[in-house]
Amino acid sequence: MSAAILINLAYIASAILFIFGLKQLSSPETARRGNVISSVGMLIAVVVTLLNQGIVDYKWIAVGVVAGSIVGIFAARTVAMTAMPEMVALFNGFGGLASLLVGWAALYDGTTTAFIAVTIFLSILIGGVTFTGSLIAWGKLSEKMNSRPMLFSGQQIVNSLLMLAIVACGVLFAMDPTNVTWLYVLIGLSFVFGVMFVIPIGGGDMPVVISLLNSYSGLAACAAGFAINNLLLIVAGSLVGASGIILTQIMCKAMNRSLSNVLFSGFGSPKTSSQQVEGTVKPIVPEDAYYILEAASSVLIVPGYGMAVAQAQHVVKELQELLEKNGCEVIYGVHPVAGRMPGHMNVLLAEADVSYDVLQEMDQVNPRIDNFDVSIVIGANDVVNPAAREDEGSPLYGMPIINVDKSKTVFVLKRSMASGFAGVENPLFFKDNTRMLFGDAKESISALVREFG
Amino acid sequence: MEIVFLAFILILSIFLGFELINKVPATLHTPLMSGSNAISGITLIGAIVSSGSEHEFIATVLGTAAVAFASINVVGGYLVTDRMLGMFKKKKLEGNK
Repeated sequence: MSAAILINLAYIASAILFIFGLKQLSSPETARRGNVISSVGMLIAVVVTLLNQGIVDYKWIAVGVVAGSIVGIFAARTVAMTAMPEMVALFNGFGGLASLLVGWAALYDGTTTAFIAVTIFLSILIGGVTFTGSLIAWGKLSEKMNSRPMLFSGQQIVNSLLMLAIVACGVLFAMDPTNVTWLYVLIGLSFVFGVMFVIPIGGGDMPVVISLLNSYSGLAACAAGFAINNLLLIVAGSLVGASGIILTQIMCKAMNRSLSNVLFSGFGSPKTSSQQVEGTVKPIVPEDAYYILEAASSVLIVPGYGMAVAQAQHVVKELQELLEKNGCEVIYGVHPVAGRMPGHMNVLLAEADVSYDVLQEMDQVNPRIDNFDVSIVIGANDVVNPAAREDEGSPLYGMPIINVDKSKTVFVLKRSMASGFAGVENPLFFKDNTRMLFGDAKESISALVREFG
Repeated sequence: MEIVFLAFILILSIFLGFELINKVPATLHTPLMSGSNAISGITLIGAIVSSGSEHEFIATVLGTAAVAFASINVVGGYLVTDRMLGMFKKKKLEGNK
């Protein structure tokens, strides 16, 4: 059997392993095994590729693999779970850059037909946009740069001109692939375009952006696969592309916004609320909160990113254990945009040893919300704001929320009365069944834990 | 014909991807992202060929850089996914009173 056939058969095996690996991700019980299966697929693909007869020199491959692996191992070991969105953003960017480089290098691999030129153009464009876009997303997420949307007049015009220039470059390059000048211009323009694409998007919308860039990093690999005529790149790249698109849709739906709204408008200019918030804020002290919790038979905890900022997840877990010992059922209601990337809150809670069977999605807790004796809102605001349901004038109107206001009693842990990320007033705080537990989330929960002790 | 064949594979894979990913629960979306990130590092095999083949010097340089970046993706992506998934635990029975 010739080496080429052997390599391609092994690529089929790799593709099957990737698919099985992703399939195993459908349950937390099998997910870890799925990840191992997927990595075995990758290992097979890499090993058989090294058998490729075209490869004459292994020295530089070894240099690249060793350098990359050291960085990868270091990053994976040391990253804090709260910093996961930044890291994923950065990795997306590296994936895009790698695809760009592979597409570029394909230019020196024999004759470049018009079709190959177009695929090289696409891998450079998508790869370049993914690279610089991800760097900006990383900067905004890690607060190394201002996370507010950056808008300037004429932005749309500049972007349109940029797009035209990119297409023009692509056409000129495809007509004469031997003239690499256009390629260099294209690389520069795609880098600029990536920056322009992410700067108008605010920090709160980053979950959408990194999902989208995740998708792009797959599509870039896909385009590179076309450029070098490699089926495994096309298959694996499109699996990732599809995954990113689905996550993007889920995030948009959870924020009740269209993708174009997220990409082009910053966070919509706040409309004036038509509804006057009525009622008074009723504070509560930990001792009184304890008596209510002590008598409760079911408690819903709604965590928001504020909980992670206050590093409160471990004391929350302690409170959960105490409540459970007291014969109370404790469920965590996790909103899709509770963290800073899809599924982020679940990872933060898993890190605090909260078992995944008590983590429930919004759609699971909402139908039984009126059966909860107490809902404890920790560091969340917009995702429990009833204005999203009731107030048509609210910018949040239509966004799916966890309806904590319908449970018997609501405790809201809050530092002060400041409004949430969207800058919207929250009528929940003024409801009759709401009690405000003011102070640092970690302190407040610790006080509750002490009451139990 | 070659183009049609590649496009055929592309379309089927995208549909397969949609089917697979729709079954992943929200709880696992972060590991899904880092894991799929690792898979997108598949560019590594393209980079290996560019880096090791007998090409012009520039192709070797580009290929080697691509190998390094793709390796970060592959190695870092799989390891961090494993680290996260290792934290997902089911409630122990003795914990239930």
